Amino acid sequence: MSSSTTLPLVDLQGVSKRFGAQPPPGVVGRTLRRLGWSKPPMVTHAVDGVDLAVRPGEVVGLVGESGCGKSTLGRIAAGLLTPTEGHVQVDGQPLHDLDGDARLAARLRVQMVFQDPFASLNPRLRVSRIVGEAARLHGLTDAAGEDDYVSAQLQRAGLDPALRHRYPHQFSGGQRQRIGIARALAVQPKMLVCDEAVAALDVSIQAQILNLFMDLRDELGLAYLFISHDLGVIRHLCDRVAVMYLGRVVESAPVDELFARPNHPYTRALLAEIPRIDQRRTAFNTIRGEIPSPITPPSGCHFHPRCPQAFERCSKEVPTLRGIAIHHASACHLNDAA
Amino acid sequence: MNWRRGFNEHSIWWRVAADFLRSRVAIAGLAVLALVALAALAAPWITPQNPYDLMQLDVLDARLKPGTPSSAAGFTYWLGTDGQGRDLYSAIVYGLRISLLVGIGSAAIAAVLGTGIGLLAAYAGGKVDAALMRLVDLLLSFPTILMALMILAYVGKGVGNVVLTLVLLEWAYYARTARGQALVETRRDYVEAARGQGIPPWRILSGHILPNCLPPLLVIGALQIARAITLEATLSFLGLGVPITEPSLGLLISNGYQYLLSNEYWISFFPGVALLATIVAINLVGDQLRDVLNPRLQR
Amino acid sequence: MSDAEVPTLELRDLQTRFHTRDGVLPVVDGVSFTLARGKVLGLVGESGSGKSVTGFSIMGLVDPPGRVEGGQVLFQGRDLLQMSNAERRALRGDRIAMIFQDPMATLNPVLRVDTQMIETVQAHRSVSTTAARKQAADTLALMGLSNAGERLRAYPHQLSGGMRQRVAIAIALLHGPDLIIADEPTTALDVTIQAQILSEMQKLVAARGTSLIWISHDLSVVAGLADEIAVMYAGRIVEHGTVDQVLDDPQHPYTQGLIGSLPSANLRTQRRGERLRQIPGMAPNLLQMPEGCAFAPRCARASAACATRPEMTSPRADAPGHRVRCFHLGPVAAEASA
Repeated sequence: MSSSTTLPLVDLQGVSKRFGAQPPPGVVGRTLRRLGWSKPPMVTHAVDGVDLAVRPGEVVGLVGESGCGKSTLGRIAAGLLTPTEGHVQVDGQPLHDLDGDARLAARLRVQMVFQDPFASLNPRLRVSRIVGEAARLHGLTDAAGEDDYVSAQLQRAGLDPALRHRYPHQFSGGQRQRIGIARALAVQPKMLVCDEAVAALDVSIQAQILNLFMDLRDELGLAYLFISHDLGVIRHLCDRVAVMYLGRVVESAPVDELFARPNHPYTRALLAEIPRIDQRRTAFNTIRGEIPSPITPPSGCHFHPRCPQAFERCSKEVPTLRGIAIHHASACHLNDAA
Repeated sequence: MNWRRGFNEHSIWWRVAADFLRSRVAIAGLAVLALVALAALAAPWITPQNPYDLMQLDVLDARLKPGTPSSAAGFTYWLGTDGQGRDLYSAIVYGLRISLLVGIGSAAIAAVLGTGIGLLAAYAGGKVDAALMRLVDLLLSFPTILMALMILAYVGKGVGNVVLTLVLLEWAYYARTARGQALVETRRDYVEAARGQGIPPWRILSGHILPNCLPPLLVIGALQIARAITLEATLSFLGLGVPITEPSLGLLISNGYQYLLSNEYWISFFPGVALLATIVAINLVGDQLRDVLNPRLQR
Repeated sequence: MSDAEVPTLELRDLQTRFHTRDGVLPVVDGVSFTLARGKVLGLVGESGSGKSVTGFSIMGLVDPPGRVEGGQVLFQGRDLLQMSNAERRALRGDRIAMIFQDPMATLNPVLRVDTQMIETVQAHRSVSTTAARKQAADTLALMGLSNAGERLRAYPHQLSGGMRQRVAIAIALLHGPDLIIADEPTTALDVTIQAQILSEMQKLVAARGTSLIWISHDLSVVAGLADEIAVMYAGRIVEHGTVDQVLDDPQHPYTQGLIGSLPSANLRTQRRGERLRQIPGMAPNLLQMPEGCAFAPRCARASAACATRPEMTSPRADAPGHRVRCFHLGPVAAEASA
């Protein structure tokens, strides 16, 4: 593990993201609201005060279920969304201070691999253009060398370069995902954000792509922010894991530590509920209730309505993410009582 | 082309063409259109007379029945003559020229203009989008003929002015469709990926989004050509389109209107048939194009 | 189960083919199995294996260009394929029900939940609307939905994904069918919701003696729920046995490869971060199937014998129920990882 004195590649500090917020209404708007003729907009609190850092060469896993904000956080890390609050630093420099070429360079440093292999490639463009366009545009290769450059990227992603003049619809899901990876690699990033990149693939193809990720990490020293709901994959691939629930990080720890000694009740429930191949005809453990909507999150600790160990402080006060062991942080009031 | 390759290995346009050609009706429509286009192009060579050249007309030959030989020039008026002695066959072929020029020309210019505005509105969003779309709504809410008459009354007659009028009225259809389609495409992952790779917005619009918006625009384009031709014919029929000395199909029909009841039907009838055939052919082609390009009907 | 008892479902050599522009696809190519009363069969395979189409073929829901072209589907002794459309319709929804992956395939978005459920009840029994509504409410309560009255008055879009799926399952259960075919119903749901639904299905099956076919690509889900597992590849069943037999002692190379690709399965045999064992090659192209064994191109054990199509045999004398379609049986032994 890299020492904590190494400068993180991407550092998210106090990042929040809200969708649907509008500026406060004027007199007319307020009157309409009081009359009941207009309603305040529904604001989705997708991400709520998250700190996350990824160091060079590190594989950080982000785990959670729907509505937890992991995809949104991933896009903020990749520069595709700007946070409503908080700072994003790439290579030590705050993103919003940069402009022009520096901003472009920062953007290229972190690339994203998307979940849906069918929607992430433009169906009307040939693979050679999809992979090579940005590299050519930004001067990473010139007109003469473009073809070889594209072939090299495809080969690195495990695809036969002879296929580069075909269209995306002629490839299978796993192959398309490789094209997406080649496209990301073509701009020579230092970090990949994988947003459920293997979720849509068959198990046997999933294994191939995961192996590819590991090979690229070894060959190119890439860092990863690996977003997934699949704890088995996370456990295999990642160095560190952060568990999210409804926009907040509830626990973060090195991966072995998290699986051996989960602290937060949500993490515990999540781990208990994943079906495992060696559990036959079991009675499934369940936590009651549905995942609340991120538009109207519960007060205090977001998890308290479903938590089997909730007590009255949980509905009133938001627990802070605090260290409970070395490199292991958890946001739960139960830790205070101990 | 390697026919032995599987269907899916060809580019999307090849597959569209192959699907299109499955309908015999559409092939018939396409054949008629090809014939019309060829006739229009080859007009000076396949007609015995230039109907726009007043020197070649013989007023004494006015309103002759179909099949009458001409008195002086030495050819037969296969479709008869109109009130000014024009050979109707020549007049129809030259009239088709004007119809196609106006129809395709206005549709093409309106397509470029409308698509550009629609894409801009979709990508810019917010106030720009709202303003442009309100303009579109305005244009589309007025009855077309009324608007055309007003514009033509202001700018005057002539083929160029007719094209201008049609462009002004038609761009809105393209804009609305292009914007709708672009809105859908802008949210897709591949556009986000392009942004993440630092590709500038104008390039994303033209190189990534536009190619995916083309199918519905093509369908609209095909059907708009028919609409433009009809509109031009209507305007000419009303006397506001092309000048009298260079009649289009609409003006020919109009000219012959007064003679219908006196049994000299051919002056309106044959231009009418020609117009009908062209419009129906375009509609058949447009319908098949729409079915072929409809993503839900695709296998 | 006594020999005199007729099994709920018996498939004999079912064949379904798709006649496409490019050729004829043998999507279901001679599938046979027997399902006794109250038992759960897990039908496992990846995309293109034909598992979903098998389910549709049993229900008679295969759309052109697909056609069921051979074999027998014996439901409680009667061949469904020989029945008239009217007889099949009488059985569907009443004695045999299907649950789809997307609950919106079952639910009409413009109708309220109670309308749809009452409609299903009255399609097979002549009861009053009040009685039908009560039956609907009772079934929803069985699925663990509190506040059944409110749920009934809602439209599908007002419910979360997990609730919609529970409503869809409740619709399937309204008449207490003897056979339920579930096509990946929990694949799109979160782990916690999935656990709840699996738990409810378990209880229901145990209480009513319903037979269940659970179609999935996820071996771990099937491990917890099923009594028997059938693994499909390229339209054929390649291995069939009890859940313990198939998962603890897989005989077919494909089954071994599938289990080996799972990251969680690897934890016992490999260290974290090492390459997963992957199955080489890609999913088979049904248009260009090899003569003989469909898996041969990707199989490490393939030999000249594989040019003939293997039949299902029982490799172990002490486990006659465990059948495999392979000439080269035996445990994984000393195969090098891919």
